Amino acid sequence: MPPVLNVSGLTKIYGAQRAVDHLSFQVHAGEIVGLLGLNGAGKSTTINMILGVLEPNEGRIVIQGHDVARERQAALQCTNFSAVYAPLPGNLTVEQNLRIFGMIYAVPSLQARIEQVLAEYDLTGFRTTRCGFLSSGENSRVLLAKAMLNSPQLLLLDEPTASIDPANAQDIRRHIQAFAKKRNGAVLWTSHNMYEVEEVCDRILILSHGRILLEGDPKTLPAAHGKATLEALFVEIARDSVPDGLNAGERS
Amino acid sequence: MTIHRIAAIVLRQYYLLRGSPSRLLPLFAWVAIDIVLWGFFTRYLDEISPSGLGTFAALLGAVLLWDFLTRVMQGVTMAFFEDVWSRNFLNFFATPLHIGEYIAGLVVTGIITSLFGLTAMILVASLVFGLSFAAYGLALLPFMLVLFLFGLALGILGSALVLRLGPAAEWLIWPIPAILSPFACVFYPLNVLPVWMQAIARLMPASYVFEAMRAITQRHEFMTMPLMVALALASAYLMGAVLVFISVYRMAVRSGLIARYSAEAVN
Repeated sequence: MPPVLNVSGLTKIYGAQRAVDHLSFQVHAGEIVGLLGLNGAGKSTTINMILGVLEPNEGRIVIQGHDVARERQAALQCTNFSAVYAPLPGNLTVEQNLRIFGMIYAVPSLQARIEQVLAEYDLTGFRTTRCGFLSSGENSRVLLAKAMLNSPQLLLLDEPTASIDPANAQDIRRHIQAFAKKRNGAVLWTSHNMYEVEEVCDRILILSHGRILLEGDPKTLPAAHGKATLEALFVEIARDSVPDGLNAGERS
Repeated sequence: MTIHRIAAIVLRQYYLLRGSPSRLLPLFAWVAIDIVLWGFFTRYLDEISPSGLGTFAALLGAVLLWDFLTRVMQGVTMAFFEDVWSRNFLNFFATPLHIGEYIAGLVVTGIITSLFGLTAMILVASLVFGLSFAAYGLALLPFMLVLFLFGLALGILGSALVLRLGPAAEWLIWPIPAILSPFACVFYPLNVLPVWMQAIARLMPASYVFEAMRAITQRHEFMTMPLMVALALASAYLMGAVLVFISVYRMAVRSGLIARYSAEAVN
């Protein structure tokens, strides 16, 4: 079965700096892939290129068979995203925001779909609340409800649980796992929370300087490199010491 | 280009206006203040003028039409600024929304909000000062069409400037009508300007409109050719403004500006 997301040779250069350097990976239906790395490793740059808001210098992104560069609208029609740094307009209510984005995605039976996501994300009581008045946790749920409106095949999540409490974070993880496992959706997830990555992701890609340094199952990868936890492995990579027996760019 | 996406952009502005008197009031307040101020001023001029030059109708009509152009421009820029202020570009442009649909949404919003302003202007001008547009007859339609197209062009161009230079460039946009007004010949004929200013004024579609208005009120003459030139200029500027906006947008996608748009990111 072809992957939902196929990224090949993706490169983004800012001046003399290669933010993303010949990155290639795939995300399949029903799979949650974690994109990890230090700040500035190229995670958000990669997500922005997949979303078509940043043009790569080289490479190709294909979503459900649609090339983002040539068939942007068709590719993004089956995609959605949630990013902690892109809140919905705070001067509109939850329902108003959902309606506007539902119209942009041409969601059929929009009102029914809005009711469905409001109920699913426990937001019914907030439908007339302006998003600017919501707590971080509530806003994260609204972002996720917006991301699910068009029933996407590909969901891009940039730190969806950053700065929210553990109970809300658990709820969000539960929703995303349900999306992947029950609805067969593909998820690309960035996070700095190694516990959550280990719990949720089927596979991780650890980026460094825009390249994939390590790739594998987050549950087995630490042990394979002589580390007790994923966090210990991540910290070692962060300190620029490549784990024993591994060359940069090597895949697990 | 799909209607439902354009409608989504317009609906966003409707929600904002409906829920905010501070956004709704300026649609009517400034135009009403302008008409009242100029209405009394021109009435006074008519009283002290022994020659009966028709100053009242010509000046007040000109103020009304110049205000209309300003409202059209601000209708577009205000709609755009709402997305600047709420840092909404990433949310919008990471969807199937096409840049042409976004611009069309801004234009439709500009049309609707300027029509509200126009209605307020006509009501105040006719009810309080007895101004009638009957003197202009059907000529009023091409006058308004030219000013409308030129106002849209200015609004789109102003939005492109802010997209390129960042939110801090907002202050550059508000004075545009005031900067252009000497060249638009709103209150005086083109031939009173120095030669170099006349050359610039001839590039302004608005100057042809106000010349044509004076020709009707003072000489009862309808100037077809200048209005055709004005219409051609305004249409060309509108197309040019759309192309500039699209080109700035594409540059912003290449540089990553769309994804991290803020004053800090640009400057």
